[in-house]
Amino acid sequence: MSASVHIPNDRPRIDQLWGDIEAAMQVHGYAAASVFAVRLALEEAMTNAFKHGLKDLPEGTPITVDYTITDARVSIAVEDPGPGFDPDDVPDPTAEENLTRPGGRGLLLIRSYMTHAEFKNQGRRLEMVYERPD
Amino acid sequence: MPAEETRLRITEQDGVTRIEFLDRNILDEASIQRIGEEITDIIDNSSDPKLLINFSQVDHMSSAALGTLITIHHKIRNRSGELRLANIDPQIQEVFSITKLDRIFTIHEDVDDAMKAFG
Repeated sequence: MSASVHIPNDRPRIDQLWGDIEAAMQVHGYAAASVFAVRLALEEAMTNAFKHGLKDLPEGTPITVDYTITDARVSIAVEDPGPGFDPDDVPDPTAEENLTRPGGRGLLLIRSYMTHAEFKNQGRRLEMVYERPD
Repeated sequence: MPAEETRLRITEQDGVTRIEFLDRNILDEASIQRIGEEITDIIDNSSDPKLLINFSQVDHMSSAALGTLITIHHKIRNRSGELRLANIDPQIQEVFSITKLDRIFTIHEDVDDAMKAFG
């Protein structure tokens, strides 16, 4: 199953998108732990796009979420129309000096839970893949 | 749901404020902000805050919720209080572990264990 969705920062719409992805993952027989991992990564990626990517753009500006779900993998790309950023500039939130900072953990969680995560288009597009575990 | 509706169940027992999340998912930024404000009010109104946060209902939480917990942790520490967390689902416990926040927070297996540990 594949889809491309333009979505504003609106919780019912986000929940609806997640409901579609979750249903597709269930059709393909993914375990609860896989569903948890993908949801966490998707939520963090969308939060980053809304909060940082769209920071200086008008309220209601949508982001784009493309996803493809097969038996082997879940591929999701989250893209915002903002100015982009340098992912290498994000400090390590697990470094001792950053451990008690309130923010900056989203990317760490995405990289921990997804098999592959890569920024493209100057940081505007995050492509993530979750491979079904053996 | 009205915007001002609480997303927490708050009870007092033996000098400890017990807080339980009503939502299974703590993901929505506005809800997280509201939860943070509500707990901050509790801390600000106590000279010696002792808080136990019960995660038994929680299936999912975002890094923004973790950030709010850290802010709460700072506020309680500044007032020489105590914060304990309990009943965290193993999948969410892993989130604490990945982020190394299990080194910052005092996490108990269940509420009874946490209640016994308060000074």
